[in-house]
Amino acid sequence: MSVALPAADISRALTRIAHEILERNGGATDITLLGIPTRGAHLAKRLAQIIATIEKVPLSEIAVGTLDITMHRDDLRLRAPRALMPTMIPPAGIENRHVILIDDVFFSGRTIRAALDALGEMGRPKSVQLAVLVDRGHRELPIRADFVGKNLPTAHSQSVKVHLTEIDGVDEVVIEDEVSA
Amino acid sequence: MRHLLSISDLNRGDALSILDTAVELARISDAPVKKLPTLRGKTIVNLFFEDSTRTRISFEAAAKRLSADVINFSAKGSSVSKGESLKDTAQTLQAMGADAVIIRHSASGAAQWLADSHWIGGSVINAGDGTHEHPTQALLDAFTIRKHLGSTSGDLKGLHIAIVGDILHSRVARSNVLLLSLLGAEVTLVAPPTLLPMGVQTWPVKVSYDFDSVLPHVDAVMMLRVQQERMQDLFFPTAREYSHFFGLNRDRLNLMKKSSIIMHPGPMNRGLEITAECADSARSVIVEQVANGVSVRMAVLYLLLAGAQQEQGGLLA
Repeated sequence: MSVALPAADISRALTRIAHEILERNGGATDITLLGIPTRGAHLAKRLAQIIATIEKVPLSEIAVGTLDITMHRDDLRLRAPRALMPTMIPPAGIENRHVILIDDVFFSGRTIRAALDALGEMGRPKSVQLAVLVDRGHRELPIRADFVGKNLPTAHSQSVKVHLTEIDGVDEVVIEDEVSA
Repeated sequence: MRHLLSISDLNRGDALSILDTAVELARISDAPVKKLPTLRGKTIVNLFFEDSTRTRISFEAAAKRLSADVINFSAKGSSVSKGESLKDTAQTLQAMGADAVIIRHSASGAAQWLADSHWIGGSVINAGDGTHEHPTQALLDAFTIRKHLGSTSGDLKGLHIAIVGDILHSRVARSNVLLLSLLGAEVTLVAPPTLLPMGVQTWPVKVSYDFDSVLPHVDAVMMLRVQQERMQDLFFPTAREYSHFFGLNRDRLNLMKKSSIIMHPGPMNRGLEITAECADSARSVIVEQVANGVSVRMAVLYLLLAGAQQEQGGLLA
């Protein structure tokens, strides 16, 4: 197990992503941040906090929510049912908004495909963008991220874990070598 | 878990998983597109040997919101009226590739029998078998109680619920007694002695014959339908006397806590076990129970049908 991204780097990466989101969308008024549970949801909250600080507006003016994609997964019938996580769409909805999807690790791209399907049933955003803390490669679908905290080249057999203080008590990204079974 | 036949098959964790899943699925009812792709390509058969309005429609709505194909079968107008056996009916459904069979039957144990028969390969969901159980009704009742009186997650500890009326013939009461006590609620049955089943003293409940003395202490009162179609004997002298002692009316409503709720699984005999005034009062959640039924049944269908089949263990990965 090795630490690929310590706490300070995570914080710097999120600050940079927040600036990039604001630059791309010309401010925070038309953006809606949607985190994919569980860790993406916490990252979305942190980004909202950083964006509010940068823009000098109260946090309540940043539209932030969560989007659970479980019911849209393409591997549902391959494994035991999963618990559903909360979906909280901000009151303004997603219609005509710039929706920023936020996830912790970007891997096959299947989660994001499911998220796009879920969004499609809720309305028609002006655009959908993707922010991830870690891009570890090995895409299985033609999907790319707009904002990346860190590109981490990994072997397929390795696993990348994001730990966040809200859940795990510590901020770090670690790479684990899969114990060969 | 493959089938849902009885509440006694569930542990506390399973029951809470179903309720938590239903909380998330309830949001779909408010969405502009009330549909999820989760069960696309699955075939669900509503196999109803007894009359039903809300349970059948509720299961149908739940299955359709999850994009499953639904086949409705009712004994009336089918070959059952020509004398076809349950076995032949089940094998016909199997040949049509049913992934789940939702069965309602007048014989207690019919769902269990179908599940054990190996005539069908899919899941069996009990939608009411005789006077035995009606597990999804109990789950939607617990969901409704939790939404109004409990915490959004967690169980029903500390709540006191009265189930009133025809306990003897009520599968709803049997399932509710099991589920509510599993979730930590205190249950009191209120009924005339003739409408209490044998062996009720072994159930995890208190029993009272005096409705008025129970009412000030309960958080929810669940009125049961007097099931005249199952009554071959005389269980009480007159309907008027039953209403007088065990019916919910304005005077009894005033005895209840201000925060308490009125429930009824439907269909109601207005004027017999409940007055129209109580059924339509602000504290009545009877219509909401129907809406919650769809969410709870979606949760059950999702948990039983969406994932790979697990032969052992609980509901969730």
